[in-house]
Amino acid sequence: MSPLQETQRLKNQTTLPNTVQTTVLKPTAKFIDLLSSLVPGFLITLAVGFMTLFLVLPLAVIFIEAFKLGIVEYFKSFQDPSAWHAIKLTLIATGISLPLNLVFGIAAAWAIAKFEFVGKSVLITLIDLPFAVSPIISGLIFVLMFGLQGWFGAWLAERDLQIIFAVPGIVLATIFVTFPFVARELIPLMQEQGSDEEQAAISLGATGWQSFYYITLPNIKWAVLYGVILCNARAMGEFGAVSVVSGHIRGKTNTVPLHIEILYNEYNVVAAFAMASLLALMGLVTLALKTFLEWKVQQDRNTTLEPTLAEVH
Amino acid sequence: MGIEVQNVSKTFRSFKALKDVSLKVEDGELITLLGPSGSGKTTLLRIIAGLELPDDDNKGSVLFSGEDVAKKHVRDRQVGFVFQHYALFKHMSVFDNIAFGLRVRPKHERPSKQAIADKVTSLLKLIQLEQFATRFPSQLSGGQRQRVALARALAIEPRVLLLDEPFGALDAKVRQGLRTWLRRLHDEVHVTTILVTHDQEEALEVADRVVVMNQSKIEQVGTPEEVFHKPASEFVIDFLGNVNVFKGRLESGRAHFDSLAMDVPGLAHAPTGNANVYIRPHDLEIDRTKIGSQSLAANIERINPAGAHAKLTLLGVDGNEIQVDLPFERFTALNLKQGELVYVSPRKVHVFAPEYMI
Repeated sequence: MSPLQETQRLKNQTTLPNTVQTTVLKPTAKFIDLLSSLVPGFLITLAVGFMTLFLVLPLAVIFIEAFKLGIVEYFKSFQDPSAWHAIKLTLIATGISLPLNLVFGIAAAWAIAKFEFVGKSVLITLIDLPFAVSPIISGLIFVLMFGLQGWFGAWLAERDLQIIFAVPGIVLATIFVTFPFVARELIPLMQEQGSDEEQAAISLGATGWQSFYYITLPNIKWAVLYGVILCNARAMGEFGAVSVVSGHIRGKTNTVPLHIEILYNEYNVVAAFAMASLLALMGLVTLALKTFLEWKVQQDRNTTLEPTLAEVH
Repeated sequence: MGIEVQNVSKTFRSFKALKDVSLKVEDGELITLLGPSGSGKTTLLRIIAGLELPDDDNKGSVLFSGEDVAKKHVRDRQVGFVFQHYALFKHMSVFDNIAFGLRVRPKHERPSKQAIADKVTSLLKLIQLEQFATRFPSQLSGGQRQRVALARALAIEPRVLLLDEPFGALDAKVRQGLRTWLRRLHDEVHVTTILVTHDQEEALEVADRVVVMNQSKIEQVGTPEEVFHKPASEFVIDFLGNVNVFKGRLESGRAHFDSLAMDVPGLAHAPTGNANVYIRPHDLEIDRTKIGSQSLAANIERINPAGAHAKLTLLGVDGNEIQVDLPFERFTALNLKQGELVYVSPRKVHVFAPEYMI
């Protein structure tokens, strides 16, 4: 429930039992008027104050701290090669995990929404696993599998392949934690849309690919984008799982969030907040896009062709 | 194109949706599959379309003009399928919807752009929506949407047109209009058409022949006249319109019920036993005085005089409710009032041979 709705609800609660009060307390009409004009104001102030304290202020602090020593110092922070490397690595990890999860997400949602098969509920549960498991555990899973002492550790070491404390590990961990985003977004929408349109397309002679490309995809494009945006935000900001598998090697296996932690621990506040401002900015852009896409997805839902329009004749 | 369905069964998990069903549809015929929900009519339609596969029991087959298509994919069957909820492509204009089936053809079979445009235009004319080509489905009324869906199905020049409760989501008035329109359209294009419906009025009105289905089986196949006037089973007479049911007994071709006994033609050699006696409301006559022995005394409970027939609900002396449809002229001539005692005499009864009880 949004704060606004909350206040509305509370307002209703405070004004509705008036009839009961009059019989017991008999407060004057004036008093009730006063009360009902004060209560919403009070609650709105409370909600706004709360939001400022916990959301707006921290966000502002990031930018204030980043620019504390001036704009020159701010941009100087990005001249550090290890900062650039961290940004690059983050982009690589995101760039690999995003398309993979996009393909997987669409395929999984398509299978779940349009077909009946054995093990469907297991698949749905598995998709949610990364949401349920702590990121640290997700990271540890990969260490236990591919680390030197792990299941495949010896086999990998023989072949001189390094996964943990190297880029592949970071990519794997990122894929794992961002696994559900696209699929989760698509499944309810596709289930709601059903498969009538696809069946119609096939009966008109379309191949499976044609029906997917011309019918399914246009129907879900906004939801796909929405999922990708969320997936992207999480991929770039992921700390826990990546932290476990990365090894924090400066200029080698540091992503942006890990680099921020190192800088902060070294009391390099401006540089830390400068990097943080990048993530925060991306977060704000994500939010804006997300709001726009939510609106678009809702439009897709509303155009479901139930006979809602008034019959013309 | 003629269609033949032979010994087809279909099982969904443990539910038998079709039990050994066979049906023959003649070339150019308009046939309706009529039945309550869960009777298997939609399943049969989808099996003909290829959207469902029949049970793999080596007995069932679906023939299009004598050619077995059971293993053929929907895509290759060239059927026009119309869905209850239209299934129009909502992000495409009316024009693009209708053109879809032609545009997805492989390059060497695809008509030229001009040929597609011509075809779509002529179809738009056929469905009387010429000025709506650029509209999107969400900007159309339900009836218009279903016409577009029909045009889209016709665009691929289907060998058979399959309609799954096409008017089910529309209101009564629009439904009536589309029904007559569809019949006229069929007389024009003459493509073999199978229409699924649970609305008996619709089935009887549009069809050349009606297939009445119940509990995964076909109960009766016949012209609308046959299924209505010569119902083959208790289910058929019960499903097609209102009917009064009396508990009675069949003895050497005579039906005994209440205080009456009537000859039942065709059942002279049927075994003796308990049987239900069915009388259509319009097969009952009302009189103020008792005429002969073939009448029942009853009180008028309710009168609904709206319509070509006055609908009367009577209560027999033994507590049986009796529905009577009286031509309006007859009703006004008699000047019947609520609460009056009258005598009801049947003109025609339906009795189905009782099965041997062991």
